[in-house]
Parts: sequence; C-alpha cells; structure tokens
Amino acid sequence: MGVNPATDPKKTTHLFFGPQHPGVTGNMSIEMWFDGDQITKAITHVGYLHRGFEKLMEKRLWIQNFPLVCRICVPEPDINEECYALAIEELTGIEVPERAKWIRTLVLELARFAVNLMAFGGQAGTLGLGTAAMWGITFRDFVLDLFEELTGARIYHIYIQPGGVRRDLPPGFENRIEEVLTKIEERLPELDRLVLNNAIFKLRTQNVGVVKPEWIKEYGLVGPVARGSGSVRDVRKDAPYEIYNKLDFDVVTETGNDIYARALVRRREIDLSISLIRQILSGMPEGPVATKLPNLTEWRVPAGEYYSRVESSRGEYGYYVVSDGSLKPRRVHVRGPSYVHAVPLLERMLVGANIADVSNIMVSLTTCPPEIER
Amino acid sequence: MKFTDVISPFLAWSRAAKKVDTIPYPNQQNPGADRYRGFHINDTSKCIGCGRCEVICENKAIDMVKVDGVEPTKGDSGLRPKVDYGRCCWCALCIDVCSTGSLSLTNKYSWVTENPDTCVYTPGVDQKAWDSEEKGFRQENDVLGWAGSPREQMEIETPEKRIENFDEVVKGYTVDQAMEEAARCIQCGLCISACPAHMHIPDYLKAIAEGRFVDAVKLFYDNNPLPEMCGKVCTRECETVCAMGYQGESIAIRWLKRFACEQFESLADVLALEAQPGEPNGKKVAVVGAGPSGLSAAYYLSRKGYEVHVYDRLEKGGGVSWYAIPEYRLPADGITKQMEVFEQTGVIFNYGRDITAELLADMENRFDAVYLAVGLQKPSDARIKGEDIPEVKPAFDFLMNSPDKGEMLTGKKVIVIGGGNVAMDTARTCVRLGADVVLSYRRRVQDMPADDEEIHEAMEETIDFRPKTIPIRIERTESGIRYLYHEAKMVDNPKGGRPLPKPKDDVEHAVDADILFSAIGQTSDIEFIPESMQKEMKLKWGRIIVNDNQYTGYKNFFAGGDITPGEGDAITAIADGLRAVKGIIDRLK
Ligand SMILES: Cc1cc2nc3c(=O)[nH]c(=O)nc-3n(C[C@H](O)[C@H](O)[C@H](O)COP(=O)(O)OP(=O)(O)OC[C@H]3O[C@@H](n4cnc5c(N)ncnc54)[C@H](O)[C@@H]3O)c2cc1C
Ligand code: SF4
Ligand code: SF4
Repeated sequence: MGVNPATDPKKTTHLFFGPQHPGVTGNMSIEMWFDGDQITKAITHVGYLHRGFEKLMEKRLWIQNFPLVCRICVPEPDINEECYALAIEELTGIEVPERAKWIRTLVLELARFAVNLMAFGGQAGTLGLGTAAMWGITFRDFVLDLFEELTGARIYHIYIQPGGVRRDLPPGFENRIEEVLTKIEERLPELDRLVLNNAIFKLRTQNVGVVKPEWIKEYGLVGPVARGSGSVRDVRKDAPYEIYNKLDFDVVTETGNDIYARALVRRREIDLSISLIRQILSGMPEGPVATKLPNLTEWRVPAGEYYSRVESSRGEYGYYVVSDGSLKPRRVHVRGPSYVHAVPLLERMLVGANIADVSNIMVSLTTCPPEIER
Repeated sequence: MKFTDVISPFLAWSRAAKKVDTIPYPNQQNPGADRYRGFHINDTSKCIGCGRCEVICENKAIDMVKVDGVEPTKGDSGLRPKVDYGRCCWCALCIDVCSTGSLSLTNKYSWVTENPDTCVYTPGVDQKAWDSEEKGFRQENDVLGWAGSPREQMEIETPEKRIENFDEVVKGYTVDQAMEEAARCIQCGLCISACPAHMHIPDYLKAIAEGRFVDAVKLFYDNNPLPEMCGKVCTRECETVCAMGYQGESIAIRWLKRFACEQFESLADVLALEAQPGEPNGKKVAVVGAGPSGLSAAYYLSRKGYEVHVYDRLEKGGGVSWYAIPEYRLPADGITKQMEVFEQTGVIFNYGRDITAELLADMENRFDAVYLAVGLQKPSDARIKGEDIPEVKPAFDFLMNSPDKGEMLTGKKVIVIGGGNVAMDTARTCVRLGADVVLSYRRRVQDMPADDEEIHEAMEETIDFRPKTIPIRIERTESGIRYLYHEAKMVDNPKGGRPLPKPKDDVEHAVDADILFSAIGQTSDIEFIPESMQKEMKLKWGRIIVNDNQYTGYKNFFAGGDITPGEGDAITAIADGLRAVKGIIDRLK
C-alpha cells in the first residue's frame, strides 16, 4: 500500500480549521491537508454542537417542542416552527385561519430577508471586508426589532403555532415594517457598492468556488447554491405552502456557478423578499389568527406520518414527523440542505482550492451545523 | 471588472459622517417592545396555585412553592410559582396557559445581580425592580384558548317536550363527547379540596379521557358508593373551583361521573372484587337511616369487616334523595342498579322498620356503635296565616309520595312557595302533571338556594316566577284558595350578608289557585332519641352537633348527613358517612 499523495505527511501540511474560528459557519471544523497553499484533501467534521434535538423531542409534549425547534436555526428559526406546525396540522386536521396564513408567510419572508442581509454582507466579511459584514448585521437588526415587537423576542420567536400564530399583529405594525423596508432599501446601494461593485470582491469570488450545474442533481443541491448554477427549483414555487401561490414572483436564478453568482442570488432574494412583504401587507385579510387547540397537556396527535417542507434561505428544508397517537412525537427528523452542502459538496469543492478561500467557499454555501447534527 | 469597482468601495466613508446605528449602551437603553418576553411577574391574589404553569414548562424552570400569607383554601392550593432563571428560556408557554391570566412577562430587558440566588424567585412575592412594569408579554384575550376552553355541550330535551312526561331531561354524553370533555382537565386537583368527599376527580377524569371507564367507576367507589346518583343531582362544589372555569367553562365533572356509570348495565359486576365485605372483625354497627349518609357509612364499614345492620322505615334504600327527587332528574332504575352493589357487601338491610326511642336504647346494648343518619323528615311550618287550610300542603310530603304515579293536576292552578331544590322539584313536577304553576319567593332569583341549572330549566318550563314576593296570608275562596302577597324591595342587611326583602308598599297582590305547596325546608324529628340520650348529646335547632369524626359525644353514637349541621346535600351526607367510618374505627380500636 503506497502513501496517498493527498495526505502524504512528507509533502502536505495537516491542519484543523475550526471549530473555534470566526471564519467557520458555526461549530464545525474542516480537517485539511494542503500542499503549498493548495488544498489536497478536506474532511468535514461535525459533532461539536450535537444537542440531541430529535431525541429530546420524543420526550416532550407536542407543544413543548416549539421552544426547542426554533433553536435548530439561529438566523432563521421560523422555518422550524413552520415545518413542525405544518406536520401537526396535517396529522390533526386542524385548520389555519386565512389571516394566520398571511401572517405566517410574512414572518417567513421577514426571516429570509434578515438572513440574506446578514449572509450577503457576511460573504464580503470572509474576505476581510468587515464593514459590509457589519452593515448586513445592522440591517438584520432592524428586522429583529420588528420580530421583537411582533413575537416578543428577537431571535427565538416561538410564534408560529399549530392552528395559526400566537398573537395578532400589533396596531400599526404594517407601517413599521414599511419604514424598515424603506430604510434598508435606501441603504442597499451603499452595500452594493461595497460588495458587488468591489474589485476585491469580484476578484476573490468570480470563478472561485464553482458549483458545476451537473452537481445539482448528483448531490441534490438546493437553494441559492443550486440557483447560482442555473437551477430554478424553489419550494415556494414548486410546492407552494401558506399563501405563496397568491403572490406574484419569479424564482431568482443566476448562471455564474461561482461564489459571485450565489452572492448575487442572495442579493436579488433581498429585493424579492421586499416585494413579497409588500404584497403580503397589501393583501392581508382580516379575521382570527389562531384556531383553538385542545388541552395542551392531554393533546394526542392522531397516529400517522408526514413530511412537511418549506423553502429556507438555504433551500428546501423539511421535517418528517411520526406520531403513534400519543402525547409526544414518536419521531421527528429534521432535514436541512446543509448536510449535503457541508459534507460531500464542500469536501469536493475544497480540493484544489486555495487555503485563503476556505471560509469564502464555506460561507457561500451557508452551511449550518445544527441542521446536520440535530 | 471596471475601474469604478476600484473606486466605489471607498464611498463607504460617506457613512462616517452619518448617525450611528449602534445603541450606545448603557448611556442609552431602549425599552423592550410592548410584547417583549422579559422577566416574570405574578398577581398572586389572582393566582390560584393550579400549577398549570409548572406543568407546561418544558425546562422545569417552575416549582410550585408555599408562600407566607397565602393559605390553601377550597380552590386555591396556597402554592405559587417560583421561577429559576438558570433554566428558563422565556418561551412564555407558562403565560399563555395560565388559568387565571395572573402570570405575565414584563418588557424589562436586563438585570444585573451579584447574588445568583436571587435569580430563583417567586414572582409577585419576592420584590423585583420590574414588579410595577405594565408592559410585556401577557395573555391577549386568550386568542389561543390555551388557558380555558368551552364545555362539551350536553344534549337536553326541549322544554316543550319535557313537560309532557317524567322522562330524564338530560340526555347524557356520547362516548366521544365524554372523552373530549374529560380531556379538558388539566389535572390541577383543586377540585378535590372542594368536594366534601374528596373524590379522586383528576384521576377519574383522566381514566374517562383515556376510555378506561371501569377504572373510573372503581375510582368513584373509593369514596362514594352512590356515584350514579351524584352524577345526576350532585351540587358539584368541585365545578365551582375548576381552574378551567376562569377563562373558559368548568369541566362537567358531574355529567362525566354519570356518563361512566351509565356505560355499565351492572355496577355490581364492575365491582365484583371491590364491593366485598372485609375480613370479619367481630364488631357490629347499627346504621339508622338508609339515605346517602347511612349507605355510605354502611358500605365502607362492611369493607372494613364490620357487621352492619341498616334500619329504615321506608321500603327501600336511598333516603329522601331517591324518594323525593323526581324521575326526570333521577330515574328509579339507576337507584336499583346502585343498590345491587350493596347486596355484595353483606350489609344487612332492615326496611320498613321505624326506629323508636325504645329500639334505639336497645341498640346501645346490641351494637358496638350506632350511626344516626336519619336526615330531616318533617316539613317546616310555612308560618303564613291560613296555612291550616287543607289545600295548603307541604311540598316535601307531596314529593315523597311518588307524585309522578299519582293523580293528574290538569287544569289546576298551583302555587309553590320557596326557592330551593324542593320548590323547583315541586313546581316542575306540577307542570308535568298538567298544572299552571306560580312560584313565589321572598328574595331575588340570584338568592335562590336551588341549583342555577334547575332554576334556568324551571323558567323554561312555563313556570311563572315571582321573586321578591312576601306572603301575607292565604284565604279560602268559593272555588279554592287565594294567596296574597306584598311585592318586596331589597334593603341592606345591617348584619351583613344577603340583602333583606321588605314590603315595597301596602298593596296586596292576589293569586287564585287550587293548591298551594309550601317548600320552605324540612326540620328534624328526633323524638326517637330517648330524652336521657338527648341530654348527653349537643343539639342545636334540632340538629345533632358532632366533631370532625361525626362523634356525638354520647357513648358509641355517631351521627351525620342532614341531621347534623352542614350543606344539606347528598355529597355532604356521603362525606359524613366516610368520616363516621374513620371515627368508628378509631373509637372501637
Ligand atoms: C326534593 C328534594 C330535592 C333534593 N335535591 C337534591 C339535589 O339535587 N342534590 C343534592 O345533593 N341533594 C338534594 N337534596 C338533599 C338530599 O336529598 C339530602 O341532603 C340527602 O338525602 C341527605 O341524606 P341523609 O342520609 O342525611 O338523609 P335522608 O336522605 O333524609 O335519609 C334518611 C333516612 O332515614 C330514614 N329515617 C329517618 N328517621 C327514621 C327512623 N326513626 N327510623 C327509621 N328510619 C328513619 C328515612 O326514612 C330516610 O330514608 C334534595 C332533597 C329534597 C327533599
Ligand atoms: S417562560 Fe418558558 S421556560 Fe420560562 S418558566 Fe415559563 S414556560 Fe418555563
Ligand atoms: S397557571 Fe397561573 S393561576 Fe395557575 S399556578 Fe400558574 S400563575 Fe397561578
């Protein structure tokens, strides 16, 4: 057995990147071998963050899992609440009032908006363009103010519930959303000048981190990662949930295949979210926001199984929920795109990449470890 | 790549001249949003200590603790939630399920303390800087319905149909309805303290919710040997304190008891193992009166191995509850079903035996202990001028004599005086016999001692309610009688309590009728207790005064039920029987 040239200790340097590194997306690490500054092999390691979400959910009442599921994704907790609620609604047959559906779509879109603001700026941040990263975070904070007002919390909203949402919109909330949209819209050109129209950004992202279109099917890539390489897949369009079929929009897609294309997708998603939020605000019907639930501590969800899915900021995101008719879920499986994006795809993309681009590439895939180890 | 791509990033410097977005904490501190999920507060006077918040908390951050100054009462455990901020994640599930809406979160953002122990505190008891904060996450009209829910509707016969016969008015729950209704219970157990017999209410509701009806019936019999009767006519103190009643409707505990019993044709079969005499202990107890109280004592004494002899002057057991309560509320077949259970217990029933002073004195020698459960068998005098006219009759006697099998009153006009259960039962029975009924009561409708549901149903049944009417006298007329009364106005009671009725003016109002039933209560008949014995017992208003174990103070004599001061309902009579069993066991040790 000969020595693998990719990991030959005589020729390559062996290094762990992460899990404690600001350039890594969350608590994961990449084990790398490189020759000079070119990576010869990379292995993704997870397990630093494992909190047993799925197992814990089997030990809690159906409702008690809402404060838990949101924690699977810090920047975009609402997709978890939505998937879990959708599954419960399907299994119990509980109806969601029309207004609640609109509010839920609003919340999901606000969350996507916030994530993309952060991810778009964050992409530049990996190249040392810290100002753009800070601005992205600032813009997101304006959206978090809205979440605080609507749900009572900035991060973990615990707002979407089976049968609707937990509270109606506060008085005048629509105006405050519009104010935030206008403010961010006015300042986005500044961010664009700092990111998209930046020589450094272009040099470092164009033709870097290429995702070949044929990989989309091979790996099952989704979201901006796939749409930056010409895909037009989007759950909001392909299998509309809540009221997405009542909104007017085109799936955002780019064909550059590189990090720049993915950043452009996220940037255009920001504009799309603004448009969708405005459409929702102008079409929002009146009415109740929740269907009353049975006694929460005696609530048995009828036996059955359901796979619910939504379009997260990272692509198709789903929950497979199984009930045996008891007070607690029998099994909940969380399926996020990061598994594919962070393990096989990233490991492949890093081979041949420059060591300085690891973080750059990784962030362009917006990989999220809690989604991998639930 | 364009040349502008090199220049444009530098335009970011223009921001340097603009207002910063960052909040300069701590010099500037923005308040939390109106709905912010900050620190807990609790209105401890509103909180009932139901522990719902503790149960729902997925982080086990809440412990219910005893606090100084809040004593447990019926419907309040005396406990209050204590929150551990080492565990809390501010999800506010506790807020949305709070039965009373007393618990809230304030919009207070931050709190710095040097003492970590203060992060575990009892909101509303341990003082905090945010105690008077008005804003924050609180229940908003319970949009979610998590804190209270409506009751499963009971099907009831229409007033038009039900006055045609003596069929039961309440139709009972279906299995699905009952399971749904029982599943509303939050298992707080506050009802147990309110039930005189301390029945295992949360446990049997859970059993019903899970379809375990046999278990439910067995749980009933743990401390109530007449559950089907109670399931139909109980005064249901438990429901008045139900935590679900604060923001929804109380659980239909009474109807669910009835439901579980109705699932079985034979209760004796269900209790084939439980309703058996205990290992004989060689001791004999006499029980005078086979009403609810006597039956309850007899059942549990026999389970403990006593030889029990029950005496009653009537021909079957059940006392006034079964003799006097009309069929449309308590049908006779249910009675037979419950009495069958007693047959297995080995209790010796002696019906048609009037206990006289002589016999009672003899019992003193023949038995190790005697339980007096004779109830109140004498209608009180109406104390109205003209009450000796033969058409003026005691309602109690009328009801005791199976009026449903007696003569019709078609076309007759009947006046009933009173506002309690006896008055309602009499009025409604007369309506069913074809009479036109006027009901006269001194005070307001809300002062009537009868059950609200009874009053409501009676009103629906064409009974002419005349509250605030003070009787003057009854006169004979050529064709019948004339009842004269003053209309009343309510004046404050100088001694406190309910307002008093006083004649509004001198005007005499009159109603002509054929019969007048007075239903103003019953009194005791204790002539059967030898005077020598009476002297040794404590008596008040003809009632026997007893201690917590129903002991009379005379030799081994115990007493309970209506003959002792109390609520004057079946469940209290049953509870007295249970206590007497404890007293007898203690005394005969
Ligand atoms: C019309 C009416 C409606 C009512 N409705 C309700 C209701 O809806 N809900 C409710 O909870 N309660 C109701 N009550 C009250 C309830 O019936 C009584 O509180 C309960 O029956 C009291 O039980 P007890 O065992 O103390 O006495 P009782 O039921 O009065 O039983 C006493 C027994 O002792 C016997 N007895 C008495 N003296 C002697 C003697 N010297 N020798 C032999 N036997 C004797 C009597 O024949 C009787 O059978 C109602 C009462 C009436 C009259
Ligand atoms: S806010 Fe949530 S975690 Fe905190 S005490 Fe209430 S239920 Fe428990
Ligand atoms: S749920 Fe509300 S009423 Fe019940 S103990 Fe908790 S704070 Fe008190």
